Amino acid sequence: MLKRIRIGVKIMPRDVILDTQGRAIEQSLKLNQMPVSQARVGRFVELDFDLEPELAMKRATEIASKLLCNPLIETFELKMEASPAGKA
Amino acid sequence: MKAIGVLRFPGTNCDRDVLAWIEAKGLKSEILWHLDHFDIGNFDSLILPGGFSYGDYLRSGALAARSPAMKSVRLFAEKGGPVLGICNGFQILCEAGLLPGALVKNESRRFIDDWAVLEVVTPSKRFGSKLTSQQEIRLPIAHGDGRFYSTSEDLKKIADQEQVWLRYRENPNGSLQNIAGVMNENANVAGLMPHPERAVFDWMGGQDGWNFL
Repeated sequence: MLKRIRIGVKIMPRDVILDTQGRAIEQSLKLNQMPVSQARVGRFVELDFDLEPELAMKRATEIASKLLCNPLIETFELKMEASPAGKA
Repeated sequence: MKAIGVLRFPGTNCDRDVLAWIEAKGLKSEILWHLDHFDIGNFDSLILPGGFSYGDYLRSGALAARSPAMKSVRLFAEKGGPVLGICNGFQILCEAGLLPGALVKNESRRFIDDWAVLEVVTPSKRFGSKLTSQQEIRLPIAHGDGRFYSTSEDLKKIADQEQVWLRYRENPNGSLQNIAGVMNENANVAGLMPHPERAVFDWMGGQDGWNFL
């Protein structure tokens, strides 16, 4: 029986792209006396698979590079997460 | 007469304007639903109208670019068929890799709804073929993610290969090199952020969009 695997995909805008959400958060933090040097906003996607870990990683890489991330404006990182509860 | 295919995704909202424009020109149109492949032989050209396809989830145009109908659009484009993307349609064509670059958030971080003065750089042979180089036109714009972005290397390539279709006279959104519209290498696929379909009758405030079909 395959154990369910969770892979996290972290997607961040490239530095050259104006991160509008990050900029808005920086301004709000400043107004609230909690200044930071920079805030950047990306996206985190969890993908669950009922597959062998290597195959799941391969699939996740494909999904991230073909859909979740536009390499022109974003970068991504994959990370094996703790297995989700529920279906074994 | 072959029809002009008008793509409809969930969230497309400029399709009826485009249909009215096609009808006013005495041409035939057919709606193409995003979930269906279609017979590319039945169409003279294709238009991807504006809107917020798939709710702009993930990135503007990203999910629509991977829909079944887009597989047929790709096939049609690869055979040299004329494809026009307006606003969200432009974003979809970029996400599908049929046009270079990407459309990212406006530099002002605001949605812009205004008229823009544009300069024709290289006229498209198929869409607005009566326009001449350096001609000035006025079209409405309405977008939040309209800032054209590409790497400096690709920007040079786009310019060298005469793929720049339209430029803003005054940059409203931070688009690199003031780019408002581009074409693919073969010049059969074209995309622009302004809305020609919103400027086809005098009562709309301008008619510069009329000849884009």
